[in-house]
Amino acid sequence: MTPGIRSRDEGMSGAPQRVVIIGAGQAGGQAAYSLRLGGFAGGITLVGDEAAPPYQRPPLSKAYLKGELEAERLFLKPLEYYAEHDIALITGDAATAISLGDHAVTLASGRTLAWDKLVIATGARPRKLALPGADLQGVSELRTLADVDRIRRAAIAGARLVVVGAGYIGLEAAAVGAQLGMKVTVLEAMPQVLSRVAGPEIGAFYTRIHREAGTDVRLGVRIDGFEGIGTVSGVRLADGEIVPADFVLVGVGVLPNLELALEAGLVCGNGIVVDEAMRTSHRHVFAAGDVAWRPLVHYGREGRLESVHNAIEGGKLAAAAILGMPPPQVEAPWFWSDQFDLKLQTVGLWTGADQTVVRGDPGTRAFSVFYLKEGRVIAVDAVNSPPEFVVGKKLVAAKAKVAPGELVDKSISMKDIGARASG
Amino acid sequence: MPKITYVDASGTERTVEGKTGMTVMETAIKHNVPGIDADCGGACACATCHVYVDPAFGDKVGKPSAMEQSMLDFAENVRETSRLSCQIKIRDDLDGLRVTTPESQH
Repeated sequence: MTPGIRSRDEGMSGAPQRVVIIGAGQAGGQAAYSLRLGGFAGGITLVGDEAAPPYQRPPLSKAYLKGELEAERLFLKPLEYYAEHDIALITGDAATAISLGDHAVTLASGRTLAWDKLVIATGARPRKLALPGADLQGVSELRTLADVDRIRRAAIAGARLVVVGAGYIGLEAAAVGAQLGMKVTVLEAMPQVLSRVAGPEIGAFYTRIHREAGTDVRLGVRIDGFEGIGTVSGVRLADGEIVPADFVLVGVGVLPNLELALEAGLVCGNGIVVDEAMRTSHRHVFAAGDVAWRPLVHYGREGRLESVHNAIEGGKLAAAAILGMPPPQVEAPWFWSDQFDLKLQTVGLWTGADQTVVRGDPGTRAFSVFYLKEGRVIAVDAVNSPPEFVVGKKLVAAKAKVAPGELVDKSISMKDIGARASG
Repeated sequence: MPKITYVDASGTERTVEGKTGMTVMETAIKHNVPGIDADCGGACACATCHVYVDPAFGDKVGKPSAMEQSMLDFAENVRETSRLSCQIKIRDDLDGLRVTTPESQH
């Protein structure tokens, strides 16, 4: 076979020759690292629209926001890594079109990249509130290093911070704000905090914790817009009240960046639809991370996950599929959140639970909530309780049946509960 | 700068220069030392940066915190010398520290 007539998809050795990864976040980075770790010898190009190389996002609303870490310590790999491992890292340039017919990606800079396999890891973007004043100075989302560098300049003791949305990011930022001496107000449309990710016991606990720290947590409030001339000065509520603000952080969820995939003709729902190997409707194209709509194998349904675990796992699965290697074990989804001195570790998705069991006393700031469905553990929220989290991971993965009476009994160790659980 | 030696499960050694204040986990990542995954990036949330500390440095490195200990209690292949490397901050007196990585972090 001569190069001229060899298949575009497979090189002489049968292995793909050029992998292009669009999106240089945790999932895209992981796909590149796992390809090289797995012995992939072809070209890898990793393209991201941000200026920084792939970095960890979780500390952005935690230690980095607090000023405890320099940006470089967030990088997943040192810059030299990419050259040393022959990964062409293109930063500050966005993919603008995918051609499935030509196996090509066009970038904003005008460059065109040819691929044999494509990984789409374009992530998600913060949902913007379509309200008057949303584009005022001082109204910000929190997703990127650049966002946080801007927020940090406003994070001054005594300044008034209003957080719109009491999800993980909003509450983490509110905790940092309070610790930095800011006057913090949290506005949440739902009747509890963390309503999308946790049950009412956890919601009530975190509401109390933030209120004890001096934060004004308001639940079930609707906002009508942002006040200010040029720069934000307040948030207007539906009842007409204006909550004064020097800075407003909006954390009301994200939207998947799936437009390129959709325009290219890939099957999309609320994410790019992939199979268990992270393969899209085109056999040479994969998607991973926040943008992927993937089988949730522990739940018998599909969905999109927004987490480090999901990004790492998706990157590894896509790389394994490209390499033709056995896929890594798929874990039950897991998450964590640091607020004040509290570490919340979550495993599983609690939606659909028909019973919740609280283990330990929330008053001690160390307790956990087990979510059961038909007697089987489907999720665990563990506050300062690593054993509950670690054993919970195994229980959720095994869809284990446990007796609620044993879970509430702190004299029975998690080790014993794990050993006794029946699958 | 303190030197740290990482020994993998097959016995291969890699010695790198650490920086005071950074963790043993971060130093491994920075120098592409394999065998440490650190999925959570150092938040003591995942136990995928497990190492065995050379007994000669056991006292200097010290014992894990309660939080770290409970993560370790449930990790695979835990020994008396186990630590999570994201929780070990490098100091000048840890020059020469040797840690061994387990066969697998998961």
